[in-house]
Amino acid sequence: MPQAAASKDSYLKLESIRKTFGKFVALKGVGLAVERGELVIFLGPSGCGKTTLLRIVAGLETQDSGSIVQGGRDISRLPAMQRDYGIVFQSYALFPNLSIFDNVAYGLVNRRKGRDEIQRRVSELLKLIGLPDAGRKYPGQLSGGQQQRIALARALATAPGLLLLDEPLSALDAIERVRLRGEIRALQQRLGVTTVMVTHDQEEALSMADRVVVMNHGVIEQIGTPEQIYREPASAFVADFVGKVNVLAAVAEGGGRLRVGRLLLEGAPGAGALSTGARVSLYLRPEDVMINGAAAAMPNTASAKVTKVEFLGAFCHVTVELAGAEEQPLLINMSRHAIDDMKLCPGAALSVGLPPECMRLLV
Amino acid sequence: MTTATVEALSPATATRIKPIAHWHDRLSQLLLLGMCLALVVFLLAPLAMILVKSVQDRDGAFVGLQQFRDYFDTPALRQSIVHTLSIAGAVTAITVPLAFSFAYALTRSCMPFKSTLRLVALTPILAPSLLPAISFIQWFGTQGVLKWTLGGASVYGPTGIIISSVYAAFPHALMIVLTALLLADGRLYEAAESLGTPTLRRFFTITLPGAKYGLISAAMVVFSYTVSEFGIPKVIGGNFNVLALDIFKQVIGQQNFNKGAVVSLVLLVPVLVAFVIDSTMQGRLQAQFSSRAVPFAPKPKPAFDVAMLGFCVTVCTLLLAVLGMAIYTSFIKLWPYDKSFSMRHYTFGLVDGGVISAFFNSLEMAFFTALVGTVLIFGGAYLLEKTRGMSALRALIRLLAAIPMGVPGMVLGLGYIFFFNHPDNPLNVLYHGMAILVISTIIHYYTSSHLTAVTALKALDNEFEAVSASLKVPFYKTFFRVTIPVCLPAILDIGRYLFVNAMTTISAVVFLYSPDTKLASLAILNLDDAGEIGAAAAMATLIVAASTTVCVIYAVVTRFLLVRTQAWRRPVTV
Ligand SMILES: Nc1ncnc2c1ncn2[C@@H]1O[C@H](COP(=O)(O)OP(=O)(O)O)[C@@H](O)[C@H]1O
Ligand SMILES: [Mg+2]
Repeated sequence: MPQAAASKDSYLKLESIRKTFGKFVALKGVGLAVERGELVIFLGPSGCGKTTLLRIVAGLETQDSGSIVQGGRDISRLPAMQRDYGIVFQSYALFPNLSIFDNVAYGLVNRRKGRDEIQRRVSELLKLIGLPDAGRKYPGQLSGGQQQRIALARALATAPGLLLLDEPLSALDAIERVRLRGEIRALQQRLGVTTVMVTHDQEEALSMADRVVVMNHGVIEQIGTPEQIYREPASAFVADFVGKVNVLAAVAEGGGRLRVGRLLLEGAPGAGALSTGARVSLYLRPEDVMINGAAAAMPNTASAKVTKVEFLGAFCHVTVELAGAEEQPLLINMSRHAIDDMKLCPGAALSVGLPPECMRLLV
Repeated sequence: MTTATVEALSPATATRIKPIAHWHDRLSQLLLLGMCLALVVFLLAPLAMILVKSVQDRDGAFVGLQQFRDYFDTPALRQSIVHTLSIAGAVTAITVPLAFSFAYALTRSCMPFKSTLRLVALTPILAPSLLPAISFIQWFGTQGVLKWTLGGASVYGPTGIIISSVYAAFPHALMIVLTALLLADGRLYEAAESLGTPTLRRFFTITLPGAKYGLISAAMVVFSYTVSEFGIPKVIGGNFNVLALDIFKQVIGQQNFNKGAVVSLVLLVPVLVAFVIDSTMQGRLQAQFSSRAVPFAPKPKPAFDVAMLGFCVTVCTLLLAVLGMAIYTSFIKLWPYDKSFSMRHYTFGLVDGGVISAFFNSLEMAFFTALVGTVLIFGGAYLLEKTRGMSALRALIRLLAAIPMGVPGMVLGLGYIFFFNHPDNPLNVLYHGMAILVISTIIHYYTSSHLTAVTALKALDNEFEAVSASLKVPFYKTFFRVTIPVCLPAILDIGRYLFVNAMTTISAVVFLYSPDTKLASLAILNLDDAGEIGAAAAMATLIVAASTTVCVIYAVVTRFLLVRTQAWRRPVTV
């Protein structure tokens, strides 16, 4: 499945971006395309180069090599002042001595707009972010989430073609973070502004993005919709980083069959192409494992013994040992009701089905 | 369509992308270059000239280390080294424990009147160093009220130098130790208390180690202050030779500039050593307290609090007695014979004597030093911290900005003579004017002011400049609309610091003034030489009055600003 070539009129195109800090290579030649009106999220562990890539798009850092085209214009060498974007930083960087009104109007005043026009635009933006009466306050008098929205309004005030957000939610508490996720996404869709956001929070990325760019060590591991990233991880890194997953060591037995321990499994996509004896990793999400009745009609069933039940609120993690593959414990997601109904506790026996269509093989 | 897009590394032949510089960037880089150039011309070049002169004879011929050999062959000069180091050692040994006890009382006890006591303890900063020398002569000199307490000993000489230097150096040590103790983490004490650690053990296991770097740093500052001090030994030193005085005698007395260069290099050694130790300690001090510490809140302990109050009141009384004696001397007819009130030292001694112009010169010099110095130092620190590009140049400027702290004023002043009095130097038009006094004073006090500015700028969000670039607002607009208003307290602080030091400074400018630009502190020296101790005291009193006025104005303006801006500024507590 080769990457679809960036369509001619992608709004933002990055090609072979490479960046070093001294001897350290922060970006090893990355390329991607962002479509007009799309929300693309850079996702990856801390230090993988997300911020660096965003700052290169903003012209706050200069890439060693590689090109950037925005809206058909080559901006690779342009200084930040001559690019067209608004940006929100993790720290918000609101000007503490200016009122909220002046903060939001900061970029408008410089464009020699009339007073009335500025007034109108600022009130419109403040209404848009749900803080119509905040204009006369100062940043220090607002909560973190409110400051975050002001920073967003300031970045949007000049109606930039591109919105850049660097970990905009990471300084907020959990509840506010979830609420603002939805608000930012709704606002972005309403305005249709092309947006690139950076986060290390996979839940945030999956819930907000049109497409997710998973990065690791200065390299893009996968670009895809949240669904694709979760369902069809392109690499072991992506599968591990996004969501919980069971990794089982398997050996190809020929005829599309795999052996895990003494257990034979069939039907995994792509298993037929493996040469006999090849070692692969079999990835299976905990919520895809079937149990008891649901497992009965399945090709890959095995009896199993519960070793641990971990209560996690809405659902539980049940760890089981498969008969024939005891040395590779398997994690299963189950609802609390199911566990109560089946009276599962350590030592209990059950039968487990491993649906082949949910399996993913990675070398 | 889900495969990673990992492209091949760019070929080795690919050239690095060169960004198109915006003229804003060029402007800031140009200014940075100018700043570097100014530091080279007004700091590095004069110092380099001293090195050159030290290996030349009077006629400019190269003589290698001959002058150094001569120097060390002269017993009187060699003796100065021993004198200087032992005086500085003694002053350090007295001042640092005194300052530590005072700071300990301020931070660890619940005694009343803390802020008043602290204010009084810092008053010596307002006075020129000559003031304690004059005052101690009045107390303990030939005609001193307390002369009998010394037995047969004379205050002229090491005794006078030491007590005067302790007075002058005390506030500098106090501020450093106070900061170190204030930064200590209260949680450590709570932990110790919950473990039942006895008080004395807490002191030795928590307080002292916590203040260690601060104490060493204070010791180094006091040490190099005393080594560099020239006014005190001049007035109260009698025939006791010290290095700073030797430079003065070689240069002004014997017009032997090259020998002066040699002595100033000898003087530079201990000061540089102290400076390096101090910088290291400051670095560790910062590292030790970079994490968020919870401030220590002392609990009342009546006996301890009363004892501490007694100690602090005693120290403050002594400090005020020194200041008070100088002021008193300036307002009486003739010590000790006619103690009736009189303004004659001001009217007759200063105004009719034509000396009062020196005071106005000092005011003018201090005003321009504060104004120009604050603009240049804060502007320079801003360019250094908040603009981009030319990282090698930035490293050089950081280094240059740290140097003045390690250079005694006399050494700087001598370097200025060599460099700016050189007939081939186009800048020699500056020589003997007000400008050279202002410039040398700015450079002399550069490091502290620069650090104040850098600290204030570092407290600002790093992305203000990036945000304004994204909004297409020029960086200088953000500088004026945001950076300056937010940093205003620090900016005013720098101005006040430069003003007060310019009013009292003596060591660098003693080589650089002309009859038209004579300063108040230098006039005190001359008046004292001429035996006009009443007029000298009057001049010292005027300096104290001017410095105090500026500090009061600073306090009022700062208070006003804090009230006016409290809507957005969260109150800062010391
Ligand atoms: N200015 C810099 N100088 C040196 N190294 C840097 C600089 N900026 C970032 N790095 C390094 O580059 C790597 C990527 O950083 P960054 O892009 O900030 O990561 P993240 O994905 O967490 O945003 C990190 O290892 C970081 O230490
Ligand atoms: Mg980051």
